[in-house]
Amino acid sequence: MSATTHDSAPAEPRHGVWIAMIWAVVTVVGVVLVIFVAGPHIPPFHGSVQSSHQHDVNVTLTALVVPVAALIWVYFAYAATVFRQRGAEIVDGPPLTGHNGIQTTWLIVTAVMVLGLATYGTVGLLGSSHGAGGGQGPKPLAKPPDAASALQVQVIGQQWLWTFRYPGYGGVETPDLVVPVNQTIAFHVTSLDVIHSFWAYELGVKADAVPGTDNVAFVKALKVQSIQVRCAELCGLWHGHMNLTGHVMTQAGFAAWIAQQQVKYRAVTKLLPPYAPFYYPMPLRRAG
Amino acid sequence: MTRRVIGVGATIAVLIGLVILYMVEFLTVAPPALSAVVQGGTARLTLQTLATYGHTPNPDWVSYMGQDAGGQWQHTTIYKVPAHTLVRVTIYQYDTATGLRNPFLAQVRGTVGGVASFNGTPMSVINPDDSSHTFTVPDLGLSVPLPGVASDAKNQCSAAPCTPDEAHNTITFTFMSPGPGTYRWQCFVPCGAGTIFGNGGPMQTIGWMSGLIEVS
Repeated sequence: MSATTHDSAPAEPRHGVWIAMIWAVVTVVGVVLVIFVAGPHIPPFHGSVQSSHQHDVNVTLTALVVPVAALIWVYFAYAATVFRQRGAEIVDGPPLTGHNGIQTTWLIVTAVMVLGLATYGTVGLLGSSHGAGGGQGPKPLAKPPDAASALQVQVIGQQWLWTFRYPGYGGVETPDLVVPVNQTIAFHVTSLDVIHSFWAYELGVKADAVPGTDNVAFVKALKVQSIQVRCAELCGLWHGHMNLTGHVMTQAGFAAWIAQQQVKYRAVTKLLPPYAPFYYPMPLRRAG
Repeated sequence: MTRRVIGVGATIAVLIGLVILYMVEFLTVAPPALSAVVQGGTARLTLQTLATYGHTPNPDWVSYMGQDAGGQWQHTTIYKVPAHTLVRVTIYQYDTATGLRNPFLAQVRGTVGGVASFNGTPMSVINPDDSSHTFTVPDLGLSVPLPGVASDAKNQCSAAPCTPDEAHNTITFTFMSPGPGTYRWQCFVPCGAGTIFGNGGPMQTIGWMSGLIEVS
């Protein structure tokens, strides 16, 4: 009798298959949208070798998030719709039991994802030198191939101003940041007082400016452009004003500009201390 | 028990109220703006720097002051100038030298002719160690170092406003004001005595060693 009753009940749909199908469709659509629609608008774009890699990483990670997020949201939506209890009657479902297959799959998939992302990030940071845009301290691990011939630019932060010193051009210091295109730059970032953070947005460079520290970051600009320079470390009253517009120029344009700076600041250059990795922290005659 | 709960609640409410009042005052109270005196197409801004303000609320703080059209000294660092106008600035510098942390700022920048007059002598750069303060508007590329009076000078000023018979240097320069907008200015000598890196206190408070140039 019971077998007859069971046979007459409506067949339970294959929920797992339905969820998987919906998830696959949402994932495909989502990944395509992320890569081709949202992707081009995800910073920091292609202003430099380093920023290009950061851009690619951001797009890749966002695309990888889609299937994970889609699985969660599809499951929730499916459960809320299909498994919804209608009417006043509340009946306990069947007891939950372990499922070795699902648990093993879950562990393997998540482990592969995490370890894969770690490998991807590490290779990007070190193996290709694309992570060199971040400050790495005085002895950077991630160096571009032409690091030895990089143009040296010292970035000096103080409350509340950035200045830039070019040791290869007589140690001239300027309040403007100009670098040549298609040449590797070694930014040597330091501070005269508190901690600042040198952030050249379009170049994908962000390096802490720490008093008494030579924080090195490499970058190679890929096009002539304007760049926004900001302080990314809350540093006091005028922190929000500690910004300027820098420029990436052609090689010839940079040569003309730096020659002009050498003339313009010839007198004060003679009064500057010899170029050094840092100048911490003089003078302090009035400071307590 | 009930009285204790009420007491604790009232205390917390009072403390929260005080914090809110402080925040409201901090965000809304600013020094009055001082307008430059315009004569014959040129705006004149007359300022003084002094080592110690000498009055409440911070008698030992270093400060700038501005002179109004009536010749009275006002304790403010918010100055109004007309747009696209030559602004003639005179600063009576009563403080002694501290020295620049960044010697680059010893160069005069952004003034007409690239110079400033120091006690009548035009100069484009000074000894960084002689600097007592600077008047710098970074967004305008304007910066003028202000040499300090000798530390052993007689008759030094000790309280605002300082007067012409007290030891001082006179610095004058002219710059072309930009289009309308608000531009911050500050002193770049770490002159906040007794504070971290010399950049606390008056260096972190509008109305003392930094302020705004309101161009309209």
